[in-house]
Amino acid sequence: MSTVKLTVNGKAVSVDVEDRTLLVHLLRENLNLTGTHVGCDTSQCGACIVHIDGRAVKSCTVLAGQAAGSNVTTIEGIAKGDELHPMQAAFRDNHGLQCGYCTPGMIMSAIDIVNRFGGQLDEATVRHELEGNICRCTGYHNIVKAVLDAAGRMKVAQAAE
Amino acid sequence: MGIEGIGASVVRKEDRRFITGKGRYVDDIKLVGMTYAHFIRSPHAHAKVKGIDSGEALKKPGVIAVLTGQEIVADKVGNLICGWAITSKDGSPMKMGAWPAMAPETVRFVGQAVAVVIAETKNQARDAAEAVVVEYEELPAVADIRAAIKPGAPQLHPEAPGNVVYDWHLGDEAAVKDAFSKAANVVTLELTNNRLVPNAMEPRSAVAQYDDAEEHFTLYTTSQNPHVARLVLSAFYNIAPEHKLRVIAPDVGGGFGSKIYIYPEEMVALWASKKVSRPVKWTGDRSEAFLTDAHGRDHVSKAEMAFDKDNKILGLRVKTHANFGAYMSLFSSAVPTYLYATLLSGQYVIPAIYAEVMGVYTNTTPVDAYRGAGRPEASYLLERMMETAARQLKVDPTELRKKNFITQFPYQTPVIMTYDTGDFHASIDAAMKAIDYAGFPARKAKAKADGKLRGIGVSCYIEACGIAPSKAVGSLGAGVGLWESAEIRVNPVGTIEVLTGTHSHGQSHETTFCQIIAERLGVPISQVSIVHGDTDKVQFGMGTYGSRSIAVGGAAIVKAMEKVEAKAKKIAAHALEASENDIVIKNGEFKVTGTDKSIALPMVALAAYTAHNLPDGMEPGLKETAFYDPTNFTFPAGAYICELEVDPATGKTTFVNFVAADDFGRLINPMVVAGQVHGGLAQGIGQALLEGAVYDSNGQPVTASFMDYTMPRADDLPSFQISHTTTLCPGNPLGVKGCGEAGAIGASAAVINAITDAIGNNKLEMPAMPDRVWHAIHG
Repeated sequence: MSTVKLTVNGKAVSVDVEDRTLLVHLLRENLNLTGTHVGCDTSQCGACIVHIDGRAVKSCTVLAGQAAGSNVTTIEGIAKGDELHPMQAAFRDNHGLQCGYCTPGMIMSAIDIVNRFGGQLDEATVRHELEGNICRCTGYHNIVKAVLDAAGRMKVAQAAE
Repeated sequence: MGIEGIGASVVRKEDRRFITGKGRYVDDIKLVGMTYAHFIRSPHAHAKVKGIDSGEALKKPGVIAVLTGQEIVADKVGNLICGWAITSKDGSPMKMGAWPAMAPETVRFVGQAVAVVIAETKNQARDAAEAVVVEYEELPAVADIRAAIKPGAPQLHPEAPGNVVYDWHLGDEAAVKDAFSKAANVVTLELTNNRLVPNAMEPRSAVAQYDDAEEHFTLYTTSQNPHVARLVLSAFYNIAPEHKLRVIAPDVGGGFGSKIYIYPEEMVALWASKKVSRPVKWTGDRSEAFLTDAHGRDHVSKAEMAFDKDNKILGLRVKTHANFGAYMSLFSSAVPTYLYATLLSGQYVIPAIYAEVMGVYTNTTPVDAYRGAGRPEASYLLERMMETAARQLKVDPTELRKKNFITQFPYQTPVIMTYDTGDFHASIDAAMKAIDYAGFPARKAKAKADGKLRGIGVSCYIEACGIAPSKAVGSLGAGVGLWESAEIRVNPVGTIEVLTGTHSHGQSHETTFCQIIAERLGVPISQVSIVHGDTDKVQFGMGTYGSRSIAVGGAAIVKAMEKVEAKAKKIAAHALEASENDIVIKNGEFKVTGTDKSIALPMVALAAYTAHNLPDGMEPGLKETAFYDPTNFTFPAGAYICELEVDPATGKTTFVNFVAADDFGRLINPMVVAGQVHGGLAQGIGQALLEGAVYDSNGQPVTASFMDYTMPRADDLPSFQISHTTTLCPGNPLGVKGCGEAGAIGASAAVINAITDAIGNNKLEMPAMPDRVWHAIHG
C-alpha cells in the first residue's frame, strides 16, 4: 500500500491504495468519481480519459502512484457550477451522445484536441485526433460536429476572458 | 407541431447527467458489504472438466467462497433457455443441449465459466482465481459451420446429432422450381455474412443483493429488458418468485441486442449473493465481453434468382447455414428464421420464394440478435443479388430495382409478411438525387485518370420492426407476447410521470416520449418524467430491441393518454358546467368550444385528487394504464448509396460520399432519428469494411480484444448525408415505423456493391479489408 497525494478537480486529496492501483480505479473506487469509465482493458477505447496537468491521458494506463503530485481533472470538474463547459454544451446541442458511456472520455479528449489545435481544426483533423476514442452509438458524425462547434465556442470564450 | 411537440428537434433531457459525469451505470453502484465476483473460464473450446481444486484459492486473502458448476446444478438453478421454438421441415422440434450457468462437466466454448471466486475486493477475487486449479481433458473442437456438419465432425451435444439444431424452411418449393423452369436468366451468388461482436461500450455488469429476512433479491443489471429478465430468472432459473425479485436496469451504456439476454453471470451473481449472504458485484472486462456477449450474424448462404426476358424477377431460392455457437441463446432460434427468411422479398415483387435454413452448433460463443437481427443478413443477400444480377443482365442496378419494386400496398409477400405501406421509388430517387447518380460516370472517369478505382453501390432495404402481434408471434413459436405497456400518472399539481416497459440505453426515450405528451396535452417537457428500467416501478413491459420502442411503446403511451384525456374531459366539463363533448384540449387548457371558458390541466388534476367536486360516481385520481398489442409489424424502408474510391496499389477504400434516404413514417424528433441512422450506418459499414470475429480451427478466438477486432473509429467513417421520405404507418396511432436498426440493415450491401463495382470483381467477402480488396483486384 502507498499513500498517493494529488489534486483532483481542484481539491487536494490523499489516498491509500495498493501499488498496482490504476488511476482510473483510484478515481472511481476511492473518490467515487464514477463519470470516468472503463470500456476496455487494452488502452484502446478512451472512455477513461482525464486530464493530467492539462493533457488528455488514458487513466487506465497510468498507475495511481504515477499521478502523485499532479493536477487531475475529470469530467466532473470541467463545468463552472451550473455553467457547462463549452464542449459539454456542444455535445448536448449537437446530439453528440446517445448512451453516454464513451461521452466523458470523448469530451475530455476533445477539449485537449481544441486546446492543441486552437482554431486550426477541420473535420479531417478532428476525425484523426479522435482515433483513441471509440463510440458505438453515434457513428461519430455528431461528435465531430460537436467538437468543431465547441472549437468555435471555446475561442469566443477565451477571447472574452 | 409545438416547439417541443412531435417533429421538433428538442435537445435531450437526459444529456445533462451524461455530459457532467453523473450517469448512473451498474458498475457505479456500491452497496454496503459488497463482495466481488471473478469467473474462472475455460481456455479450451471443448473439454471435459475433470476436477476443480480450490484449496489454495480459499487460503488467499479476502476470499469468501469458490463456487462451481456442480454446486449451481445441485442447487437446482435452471439451465439457460431458448425462448422461441422452431420446427424443422420434417416436423420435429429443434434439438438442443443443456446450458448450465457454469459448466459442471463439459465446456463447449472458450470463455465458458466453470467456477466463480467471491472475495472482498475485485483484485483479491482475481488473484485467487489464479490459484484455482481446473483439470481439463481436451476434446476435438469445431468452429466453422461447414466443418461442423461434415460427417465425422466433433459432436457438441448428444441431443443434436450432426450438430444440427434444426433444418427449417419457408415458402413454396414447387412454385420456385416452376419459376426457375421458366427463367430466361438465372443469377447465382454465394456469400458469407461475417460474425460480429456487438461491443456496447459499457461492459455487462451485475450487482445482486439478497435480503434473507424478506427472502427478496434485488438485481442491478445491464439489461435492455429488465422485466423479461425477471420473468426468465423467476419462471425458468428458479432464482425467486417474481414478487421476491426486483430487477433494475439503470443507465445502460448501449446494447445493440447483446443486453437482451439473461446471461450466466447475472444468474450466478444472484445465486451467490444468497450463498454468501452479501451483495455480489460482477463487472465484465472487455475480454469477457468478446468471449461471452452473444455474437451476431455468421451465415453462409447460397442464393439463386430467376428472371424473365424482361428482367422481371420470377423466383428466389436461398439456402443458408447459420452458426449458433455452442448453446442456443434466448432468441437465437428466431433470428435466422422468422427475422431473416421473412424479409427475403425485400422491396421487390418476387412471385415465388423458397428458403432453407440449417441452424448449427459449433464450439464458439453463442450467437443471437445483434442490431438488425436476421434482417441485415436478408438485406445483404438480396441487395448483393440485385447488384450481381444487374451486372450479369447488363442493366443499370437502379433500373433493375425500379422495374421490380412493389408499388401497390398492402402487399402480401410469399414469406409471411404483409407490407402495409411504402414508396420505394421515392426513397431511391431521393438517394440518387442526393449523390448525383447521373454524374457518377464522369466522376469515375476523372478518378481513373488519377489512378483510383471509383465505385458506386446501391442498397434498398426493408425491415420489419415492432415485432407483432403477440398472437401471430405466438403461433410462430415465440415464448412471449410482444405488446407494450404504459402508465400515465398525472400528479395533483399537473406534472406527469410516464411509466414505460421499454428501456432507453441511448435511444433518447426520456426526451421523445415527453414530446408525445407535450404534443397532446400541451405540457412542457420539463413537467414530464419518463420512468423505466425498474420492475418495482413499472408493472411489466417487454423492453427495447427490434426498433420497437416508439412503434409499440409509444403507441401504448398514446392509448394511456387517450384514457387520461377522457377522464380529464369529464372532470373539466363538470367544473365548467359544460357538455363533455364540447371540451377540447389545447396548449394544456381544457376549453369549452365556442366560449371563453377554460380550465388548465393542473386544476383538472387537483380536482381529480381533492375529489371535492367530481361527477357522480367517478373515482378520484388521474392515472391510467394501457397495454398495446400491435396489429402488424411496421416496415421501415429506404435506399442507401455509397460512392468510394479504391487505391489499386494498396486495396485501401476511401469514402467519397454516403447518402441515406429512409422512410420511418412520422418522426418524433428528427435530431434523434438522425443520430440513430448515423449509428446504424457505422455498424453496417463496420461490418462491411472492418469487423469480423475470427476463430482458429480449434475454436480459439483470434479476435478477442480491441487490439485484434477492428471497431470503426472516427477516421474510418465519412460524414453521412441523410434525408427522409415519408409514408405514415397505418398500423399505429403515431404513424411511426422505428429507426434504430435501419442503418445496420442497409449499409453493408451498399459498401460492398460499391467496392465490387470499383474493382470489377464480385468475389469479395466482408470485412473487405485492404488485403482482401487487393487480392480481389490482383488475384
